[in-house]
Amino acid sequence: MTEAFDILTTASLWAAVLRIATPLIFGVLGALICERAGVLNLGIEGIMTLGAMVGWLTVFWGGDLWTGLAVAVLAGMLMGWLHAMLTVPLGLSQHVSGLGITLFASALAYYLYRLWVEVGDLPPTIEPFQPWAVPGLSSIPFVGEVVFTQMPPTYVALILVVLVAWVLNRTPMGLALRMTGENPHAVEAQGLNPVRIRIWAVMVGSGIMALGGAFLTTATFNSFFPTMVQGRGWICIALVVFASWRPGKALIGALLFALFDAFQLRLQTVVEGVPYQLFLMAPYVLSIVALVLVARRARVPEALMQPYRRGER
Amino acid sequence: MRFERREEVSVAALVLAPFVAVLAALVLCAGLIAMAGVSPWTAYGEMLTGAFGSRLAVTETLTRASPLILTGLAAAVAFRARLWNIGGEGQFYMGALAAAALGHSVVVGLPLPLAWAALALAGMAAGAVLLLIPALLRLRFGVDEVVTTLLLNFVALLFVGLMVEGVLKDPMAFGWPQSVPVAAGLRLPDLVPRSRLHVGLVLAVVVAGIIWLVQSRTVFGAETRAAGLNPRAAAFAGVPITATLAKVAILSGGLAGLAGAVEVLGPVGYVTTTMSPGFGYAGIVVAMLAALHPVGVVAASVFVATVFVGADAMSRATGVPSFIADVIMAVALLAMLVALLFATYRVRT
Repeated sequence: MTEAFDILTTASLWAAVLRIATPLIFGVLGALICERAGVLNLGIEGIMTLGAMVGWLTVFWGGDLWTGLAVAVLAGMLMGWLHAMLTVPLGLSQHVSGLGITLFASALAYYLYRLWVEVGDLPPTIEPFQPWAVPGLSSIPFVGEVVFTQMPPTYVALILVVLVAWVLNRTPMGLALRMTGENPHAVEAQGLNPVRIRIWAVMVGSGIMALGGAFLTTATFNSFFPTMVQGRGWICIALVVFASWRPGKALIGALLFALFDAFQLRLQTVVEGVPYQLFLMAPYVLSIVALVLVARRARVPEALMQPYRRGER
Repeated sequence: MRFERREEVSVAALVLAPFVAVLAALVLCAGLIAMAGVSPWTAYGEMLTGAFGSRLAVTETLTRASPLILTGLAAAVAFRARLWNIGGEGQFYMGALAAAALGHSVVVGLPLPLAWAALALAGMAAGAVLLLIPALLRLRFGVDEVVTTLLLNFVALLFVGLMVEGVLKDPMAFGWPQSVPVAAGLRLPDLVPRSRLHVGLVLAVVVAGIIWLVQSRTVFGAETRAAGLNPRAAAFAGVPITATLAKVAILSGGLAGLAGAVEVLGPVGYVTTTMSPGFGYAGIVVAMLAALHPVGVVAASVFVATVFVGADAMSRATGVPSFIADVIMAVALLAMLVALLFATYRVRT
């Protein structure tokens, strides 16, 4: 037990928590933006996979790491546009369309990777992001080591949480977006176009999700391999519910989740005799438990999964 | 632009929809094949030969179609009642595991039909339990079953890994993580000699027929449809929604579990963590292409199996990555959604 406690007090654990949380923060923010506008985006798993692939490929082909992230965002937005077209103007089932996008985006990622990349015994690698110590702040004891010696995209993720929260809660654009998720008819009555708002929200959200995937291949690892997203997208969908659709709570959810993950990784090396599969199962079981815990008091956006058709009730 | 529900949906349009969708998918994916420097005509030709060009190819395609019929039915019966069971993959593995665990020793010695029935039931029970958890979480707590069934796929696969590396590990497998084999006498007989095609195909087709009868001729069938179309109205009309959805969950999970059990008793003989090339997920595509109709499921399964078996052969012959099969499937699914929309709605401008 003391060993477990010792793990919890090391700075390296907490630094790892932020690193593990980063793709989840991107994913959960992206999913949250889509859902606040009233569109469930189950394409997330595939969008993250595609983002991981194209982000990595851009760098592999000689691009800058930041260019890689930008290309991933574009690919994510493209998939988001497709999901939005199917679910918003056409009003198709968001469940089935989202799953279709996931199947499509991941299949496309695997296909193009096989087509364009020569894979030998080991997948080819790139030079990934390195931790960047924020001048000054990183010399604060403990906190500096944990928060201010991270890889640059992690800072982007943290800033994005604040930005998304601010836009959603403090700007007319955010108000319109939230209203579209609650009552699109009221949006129409205000002279705004709920269809256009939903399309843009899904595209922007999907672009952010793709960043989460790209972080995996340009920071966490340095190569791309199939099934590397490992259900992180689905976990993000669960985290959005857990966070009751709020960016701040989403950050806390992602961090809690990552803490658990980092802790179990270290516990695996300390506790012997427990099969590793039980540790690996924990994140998925934990997500389900989290969903059950908040289910009763979940404040779902009123018009989530309701297709909007003008003049129809 | 506005959509208006057609008063009468023509059967012809519904039957035509999957063909249009598949055609659209093939045309769209031709571009991806051309990117590989291969003529789409050559590639699709190779796929057809690969899937139907020889006796072996045909039996291989039908072997692949057998579990797809069952996982496709699993998705179709659930979706019909608006129970979004995306956990077919996990339920498949649980069924497979149950069949291997009992088929290795427990049921050995029972008369054959009885032993098979026991193994099929065990597989179905294992699959049903895995779906009952998320179904009850939805009914009791309102937890969306899409996410929970998806998450349980990962849990189930890790559980299989735990079993085949632990309690059920085959000591004779030279360290490969695979389960103990099913007793040789319990393996399903071949349909065609010297092939992997087994009576599981017949079973799957018969099951599809039974599901069709149940859905079109029984009260339960009418209740599931009502629960899916409009749960509030159905409840008002006296349909017990909770009980109906629980029964649907048992049926759907059971079908996916049966697929796993049959795959173990048929072509494979034991369980590994890689035994399913995504049968559960492909079952969703099958169900959608079939517009959730049990007879359509059989046809759609053969189509999906053709694409997968054909793509493997085509990939060997031309070098186009075999992942093209997954892309074709996904595009066909999305195209089918659009095709169905135009079959059931009319566009007013």
